[in-house]
This record gives sequence, structure tokens and C-alpha cells, in this order.
Amino acid sequence: MIRSTHLPLLITLATFVLAYALCASAYPAMLSLRVVANLLTDNAFLGIAAVGMTFVILSGGIDLSIGSVIAFTGVFLAVILRETSIHPLAAFALVLLLTTAFGTAMGATIHYLEMPPFIVTLAGMFLARGAAYVLSTESVPITHEFYDTLQGLYWKIDGARFRLIGGLMVLTFIVGALVAHRTRFGQNVYALGGGEQAAKLMGVPVARTTIGIYAVSGGLAGLSGIVFSLYTSAGYSLATVGVELDAIAAVVIGGTLLTGGYGFVAGTFFGILIMGLIQTYIVFDGTLSSWWTKIVIGSLLFAFILLQKGLTWAAKKRAAQARMRTATGSAALS
Amino acid sequence: MTDTLTPDAPVLHARGISKFFPGTIALDDVELRLMPGEVHALLGENGAGKSTLIKCLTGAYRRDAGTMLMDGQEIHPVSTADSQRLGIGTVYQEVNLLPNLTVAENLFLGRQPMRGGFIARRRMNEEARAVLAGYGLRIDPAEPLTAYSVAIQQVIAIARAVEMSGKVLILDEPTASLDHDEVQLLFDVIRQVKARGLAVVFITHFLDQVFAISDRATVLRNGRVVGECLLAEMTQRDVVTMMLGRQLEARTKARDVGPAGKTLVEIDDLGKRGMMAPFSLNIREGEVVGLAGLLGSGRTETANLIFGVEPADQGRIALRGQDISIKNPRDAVAHRFALCPEDRKIDGIVGDLSVRDNIILALQARQGWMRPIPRAKVEEIAQSYVRALDIRLASLDMPIRLLSGGNQQKALLARWLATNPAFLILDEPTRGIDVGAHAEIIALIEQLRADGMALLVASSELEELVAYSTRVVVLRDRQQVRELTGDQITPDNIINAIATEEVA
Repeated sequence: MIRSTHLPLLITLATFVLAYALCASAYPAMLSLRVVANLLTDNAFLGIAAVGMTFVILSGGIDLSIGSVIAFTGVFLAVILRETSIHPLAAFALVLLLTTAFGTAMGATIHYLEMPPFIVTLAGMFLARGAAYVLSTESVPITHEFYDTLQGLYWKIDGARFRLIGGLMVLTFIVGALVAHRTRFGQNVYALGGGEQAAKLMGVPVARTTIGIYAVSGGLAGLSGIVFSLYTSAGYSLATVGVELDAIAAVVIGGTLLTGGYGFVAGTFFGILIMGLIQTYIVFDGTLSSWWTKIVIGSLLFAFILLQKGLTWAAKKRAAQARMRTATGSAALS
Repeated sequence: MTDTLTPDAPVLHARGISKFFPGTIALDDVELRLMPGEVHALLGENGAGKSTLIKCLTGAYRRDAGTMLMDGQEIHPVSTADSQRLGIGTVYQEVNLLPNLTVAENLFLGRQPMRGGFIARRRMNEEARAVLAGYGLRIDPAEPLTAYSVAIQQVIAIARAVEMSGKVLILDEPTASLDHDEVQLLFDVIRQVKARGLAVVFITHFLDQVFAISDRATVLRNGRVVGECLLAEMTQRDVVTMMLGRQLEARTKARDVGPAGKTLVEIDDLGKRGMMAPFSLNIREGEVVGLAGLLGSGRTETANLIFGVEPADQGRIALRGQDISIKNPRDAVAHRFALCPEDRKIDGIVGDLSVRDNIILALQARQGWMRPIPRAKVEEIAQSYVRALDIRLASLDMPIRLLSGGNQQKALLARWLATNPAFLILDEPTRGIDVGAHAEIIALIEQLRADGMALLVASSELEELVAYSTRVVVLRDRQQVRELTGDQITPDNIINAIATEEVA
């Protein structure tokens, strides 16, 4: 059954189908499985980070630190694999622990010190980027046979290679959607986004949920960093600048309301695909400057913000009409 | 489940509850007995202590003294969630559910049925449907909450509170934004809850609704219990008398009213749809017109309409026979009107600014920011009013929020007196201030009147209105119902005008 809260998701879906149809009509080759496989591989790190961002935005917050955390993770892995003989899997576990703890600390600061998430995660952004510089200012290549093994894993259909990291992104989205819609934690995230005061009165554990949300975002940024290091085989402290903004864009294009409370993890998936599609189109065209990607994404983002405003406005108007109806009724003392 | 309880054993018994705030006693030795299977009305004017008492019961505040017994066991709720677990559920005036979730999600938030680590959505929806059917609601629980009217949302909030708590249900002004049919729907639900053996606390300022649904009432005034009564034995008039209070001996008014001045402000059919029925009022120089009525009767609305806080959509205002247009408070100030609002903490004082800056604010605003008042002049004005009104403070530089309520009120008065107004509107000038300051403000009103100012004073304190008004306009249900002049102005007559039950 189609409900009004599903409308933004449906519009995102329609946009994706329309965009793909337009691309395919210009370049029929874009319909090939190979393009689909590359779309997943090239956007894997962004997609994983965007799942965390979806939780943050659903709760009414923002996380500006994830681009820096991804870069830090890459540099950390590259340096630790160069300097020590530790196995990459252990390094992965270590870095996930670190980034999750980092997110937890930001969440605790936001909740207990009642600070705006924007400021706290902005500080987090500088901290993580700075930590990456401290480790190395150079691009550090990763040469480890385990990396080669992981990079060599793929599932080949008709010449299209579905790589491990693309699969990891899809898995993250599936788990993220389950957590958001089918667990108490997920419901509490929506509750916080709907109104912190009401959520508190209804007995939602606000502290645990807020801290949990930023821990998830930090942890997923760490996972995204691992994927990015697999994608580039290097760690570089200047990499992934501004990725948090791409993630926010994907979440909003995916139909999640920036003020929190409304949206779907699945929407973010299509937001990522739409952004990837625009990039692929420009590659196919060959004559367009890559800056056109930014311009199209900017316009799309603007269109979706207008759409959100329109939907909120329509909802307010409906509520006002309901109030007008009750206000005319008689009540006191008569 | 409550059949085992004897009818005379209260399910919740609060005794000797006191709560102090800096400078005031919000609750003084209050007792509240809630019987199973009764609807208990908690009555009192604004500031009587109803909401403080509710906050103590639900754990939003910690009580400073007293005991709370739930089924004979002493309890100490520390948070609203805690009191919910103990059995006290609360539904507030503003629906406190989440608009972005579905009906079922709201009903089961925090206690969703689980299967294999995941929320069993289908079962949750089915259970929600069954629970709501028990309250006479046949709605689709998978729809978003906002698909339904405020009344239905209230019922859902009640269902959630009852399902989670199950002993005491507190309804804080649940009918404030409902129309007549919706109120009936809510009452049906309240009767069902009552039949299940819960104690229901019902707070409203609509007296008809109190008598329609409640069995007993506890009346509070100024933080004390005035009385507990069976409503079947009472009339509306008795209850209003208890709420507003009055001295039994008739006071003779021995004061010179002085010669009536010229008509200053003429208000003709001023009104705004959905807010205040059109009213007409003439106010002469050297006259104090009192506005009487219960909370929500339209006292504040009248003041706001005249001052342009809410622009009127019909009617006209004339000043000394000339039509003037007041679209916002700036226009009103330009015509030398002044308004001291009801809630000085929200609408009046700027807490962190110094007393001096607060006093000079309105005068400076009228002058325009381009022409600052010289420092020496500011000092002189502030000093003179501090002396004239006897505002007690350590220094003019201290932030105004540090002053006591009475002194804040006097500083606010000073702010408007500094603009030398021709017409001064005071909304509840004596709310929440101590007895001494109270008398001083009343004396000041007398003084201003004698000096030829026109005043409009809204107040819930009848004694006070009787003391200073030359005329009293009685409001009910956002309409003017009566005007009292001269010897007619007695607390009794005001109460009669407020409580008159319309003959069907």
C-alpha cells in the first residue's frame, strides 16, 4: 500500500529510472552489466558511509567528520601495514574499533554537553584529518598479498566483474535497512528525529540512542575507509575531502528529510546510484568536463530540497485545516 | 484486577506535598487522594499549582516534602519514564506522540513485540488494532499518526498510557483543542478507562466538562488545597467561588472615583475570527477598566488585540475621536499605548540585560536606534523609577533575572511608564508576586488613575479587581458577557456573571 511517507522514496526511484532511461537512450552501452558492476564498485566507499549518514540525518543530526575518518583509516592501514607485520584483518579490526570509539566520543559529547552535532562533528573532522597528517603527509602505497587476494575476488557474469567491495556495500545497505526498520534501535532513531522531547516522554533512551547513532556512523566511516584503501591500494591524508557532503547529498536525494524523522535507508541506495549514474554519463560522453557532475548533483539536490519543502508545506496546510475545523466548535462553560 | 481493592482505599495518596522554588512556595502541604475507578478533577486558576503538582506526581520534579503512596507503598518517581513504570501515565494537552511514526509504532514504541531479534511488524499492527478496538477506534494502525484527527491522536495517547501504566491516568487539558463531538468521543474513552478501575485525574478549565465527567474534585489556590469535594453536591458557582476565593464580608468601597475624564480610547466591534468575538469598549481618562473571567475566557486575547500583538480582522479603534490603525505593537507604542504582558518571563523581561537596560528598552525603541538616549539621561530615568516604584536591587547593572518576581514586575511597569503612556494595559500585573509587592502595585494603579491615565487591567484576582476598577467587564468563552459599574462591582456579582449557567 502506498502511503504519503513513501512519496519521496518513490520520487527518488522514478528519478533513477528516468535518469537511467535517458542515459541508455543516449548511450545504449550504459545498459550493460559491466556499467552496473562498475557503478557498485566505484561508489562502494561512498555508499557505506552514506548508510551511517542516513541514521544520523534520520535522528535529526549531521556528521561532518566522515570524509576525514575515511582518509585517516586509509593512512592508518597503509602505515601500520608498512611499519609492522600485523595481518590486515587484525588491522581492520583495530581501525574499526578506533573509528567506532571516535564516533561514540562525538555522540557522548553531543548528548551530555548538549552541543549541536554540527559543531562537534566539525571538530571531529579537523581532529581526524589532523591525525591522518600526523601519520603521514605522503601517499603511502599498500602492498600486501592479502590485499591482492581481496582485490582479486569477484563474481563474473558476461564479462562484468562484481567485486567484493560492491557486494560489501549492498550488504551494508541490507543490514542498515533491517536495523532502521526492524529493530528497537532503529525505531528509537526515528523517534528522536520526530521530536526529542516527545521521544523522551515516551521513554526512549535518548542518551544510548544518540551515542549509538554516532558510533554507527563512525564505524561505517571506518569500514568505508577500509573499502577505499582496497579500491585505491594506498592511504593518503589528502584523500576523500568533502565526502561527507557527497554522503549528505546522497541521503537527501534519496528522499530523507534533512530535519530528521522521515526517510528510508533504501532511498539512500538509489541516491548513491543516481549520483554514480551522472558521473558515468559524463565519462561516456567524453567531451563534458567532470565539473558537470557537481552542477547536475547541485541542481538535483536543490530540486529535492524544494520537493521536501513542498511536502512539509502541504502537510502543515492539512494540519491547519484540521485545526480550523476544531476551533469553530463550541466548548467552554456554555 | 482492581476488584480486590476496597472502594475507600486510594490507589494513589499524596500527602503533605510541598515544592519550593527560589522566592516562592509553589506547593504548600498539598494532599491528593485518587480512588480506583473515579475521575478526579484538579481545579485551580493559572499559577494555583496544578502543573507543579502533576510534575511532582510524574517525577518531572522532585518533591521537597511529603509522601506518595501507591497502593499503600511509598514511591519516589525520579523521571516520567520511572513514574510510567510505577503505574502513572500522563497525557498532555499537546499530543505527545511522534508525528513521523505510524499509529502502531507510537502505541508500541519501546515495547514492540519481537521475533528472532526483529520487530514483528505484522503482529504489532494486529495487536495495535485489537487494543484500539477496545477503545472504540476502528482505524488502520499502519497509517501514519498524522492521518488522524487530534481527538483520535489523544485517544491513542490515552491507550498508550493505560497499556503501559494501568493504575493512574493523568489527563492535562486533553480537550483544549477539541470540538464538541470530539470531546464526547474522548469522554466515552475516559468512562471506559474508569470502568477498568483506573484513577483518572482530569485537568481542564472548562467547568462544564468537569461536571460532565468527574466524580470528585480537588481545588487548589496559591499552592494550597482549598478543598476536596464530591461534584454531585456542588454547583458551578460553588466551584468558581472556591477557585477564585473571596472574603465573606462585603467590602464597602470608600474611595473617590473622581470626575470622569474625556473618552480616550473607543473600541468598536474589534475581533478576530477563531480567537475573540467582536467587542466594544470605551475607556476614559482617569478610569480603570477591569477585565474579569476564568482562564481562557479571553482576557489576554482582548489585551493582545488592542495592542496589535494579534492583528484584528474586524472592527476599529479610535483615539480621542480619531480613527487609528494598529497592525502591530509598534503602531500601538507610537500612539502612546503600553502593554505589560501576562507572562513576564517569556514576553516581558530580557533576563540577561541589566535592570537599567530593561527599563529604558521601550523608550529607546520608540525613539529609534539611530538616536540613542544619552547615558546620563538613561541613568536619571532609571534612578527615578527605581525610587518612585521602590524597586529593590543591589545595582542598576545587575541582570534583571536576579530580581524577585515583584521587583521584576515593577521594573516592567517602569519600562512602560518611562514612555509616558496615555493608555496602559496590564495583563495579570500581580501574578506570582508576594503580598507586599502586590499591595504596592495596586496602590500604583490607583495613583496612575488619579493622575489621569486610562488603564485596562486583566486579572484573575477578584479582590484586586474590585479594589481598583471603576468598571469591570466580565468575559466568558471569549465573549463579553457583562459590564459592572459602581456599586455593582463586588466579588459575588463577578462570580455570578462568570458562572451563570445559560438556560437551555
